Amino acid sequence: MKREITLPVQPEQVREWRVGDILFLTGTIFTARDEAHLLMLEKQESGEGIPFDPSQMALFHCGPVVSPDGDGWKVIAAGPTTSIRMELFEDKYLETFRPPIIIGKGGMADRTQAALESVGAVYTHYTGGAGALAAKRITAVQGVEWLEELGMPEAAWFFEVKDFGPLLVTMDAAGNNLYKDLEPTIAANVKDVLARIDAS
Amino acid sequence: MGAMTIQEALGAALKQAATVLPQDVVLGLQQARERESSPMGAAQLDAILENVNVARDGAVPMCQDTGIQTFFVQAGVDSPFLKNLKGWICDAVTQATKDIPLRPNTVDPFTGKNPGDNSGRYMPFINWELVDGSDVLISVLPKGGGSENMSTLKMLPPGVGIKGIKKAVIEHIVSCQGKPCPPTIVGVGIGGGADIAMKLGKKAILRKIGSENPVPEAAAVEKELLELVNATGVGPMGVGGETTCLAVHVEYAHRHPASLPLGILVQCWADRRAQVRLSADGTAEVIA
Repeated sequence: MKREITLPVQPEQVREWRVGDILFLTGTIFTARDEAHLLMLEKQESGEGIPFDPSQMALFHCGPVVSPDGDGWKVIAAGPTTSIRMELFEDKYLETFRPPIIIGKGGMADRTQAALESVGAVYTHYTGGAGALAAKRITAVQGVEWLEELGMPEAAWFFEVKDFGPLLVTMDAAGNNLYKDLEPTIAANVKDVLARIDAS
Repeated sequence: MGAMTIQEALGAALKQAATVLPQDVVLGLQQARERESSPMGAAQLDAILENVNVARDGAVPMCQDTGIQTFFVQAGVDSPFLKNLKGWICDAVTQATKDIPLRPNTVDPFTGKNPGDNSGRYMPFINWELVDGSDVLISVLPKGGGSENMSTLKMLPPGVGIKGIKKAVIEHIVSCQGKPCPPTIVGVGIGGGADIAMKLGKKAILRKIGSENPVPEAAAVEKELLELVNATGVGPMGVGGETTCLAVHVEYAHRHPASLPLGILVQCWADRRAQVRLSADGTAEVIA
């Protein structure tokens, strides 16, 4: 089902979305890769806190190419990065900061799945390599945190987006997982293909 | 594009490679979209095709990973410019990094330092081949990291034969799932030795989609592997669907009796490439 979503969204609403739904987002999203996740968790633990509320936005696994543009910034390309690297701490991040939507590439594993269920969030897959399309749907760069410390790809960038997608829900808050659902079908197909090679 | 200086032609080729997907790849993606029955797979292909148009129309890189700039040079032995080629290519890459811009992607493995201009030890990497004549053909292949991470070498026991090669390719591509950003182009290098099989596999990626190996046995393996890998259902971006690969290309060398090296080189859908011809009179043009 195609859903046009305006951020922020509430967990009760997110719990209704299912694997296979395709989202187009309007509102504010922020980028975080490995380093930004770790830094935010550290700041929260030390009591310092972070200067924004991830529960009002969507979390984008992305290291963008950004150019200075007058007093601000312009996004050149901003496709998703491989999400599984963040599996190490994404469950803790979700439980601490409660972003309702994760945008990434390639899916994540059991710990993240469990955290999605407990906080009421979904993992969505954005088409790998579609960096120019993503940049076009980013209408403004609202700001950046930790640019000096982390550098361009690892900093937290805040993007205002319009109809950002297609974002395919591949892990939902009810425990469904597209990647796991596909596994038995693909395994059966592979068995058949290998048998065809043997018989040739 | 008409005659240019070599500097202009190399700059134009790097820009074209980063921003305009070759027509044969666009056609392959369009055909994949037409036959895709999975709505989720079709949505991936729609986004890819729209992204390709946005990049071309805006003259911006189609992917934020603008790759490692890899060159294949067929240098005519009678060209008067052989001694200049390496310098011209390196200068073109640093200039293009600023102009296009390209993401600075070269990192020192020991210090972690990034010079910021895509230069470095052995970078940009240039594969040299001497050929007859006075023309020089320079092909650029900007290769992204996500798909390169999925490339692999297998040293198979020769007893498994060509069937063993086919099985190894299928099993490997399925194990990659969505990670190399399918639909991919797979270069299969067979024989030679460990390094030679990998190099042949990478050279196979340079071929156009729709081309076939002139040796009938190799062409038959290409056709069969494409059909079989697409029967696995991995699909665009690994979300399920009809097209996992746009093409499988085989290149091979004779092998040692005790060895059956198999290089499997994986190229993401953003199969970026461009070619420059430098003539003996010093004029150059972008020919593909």
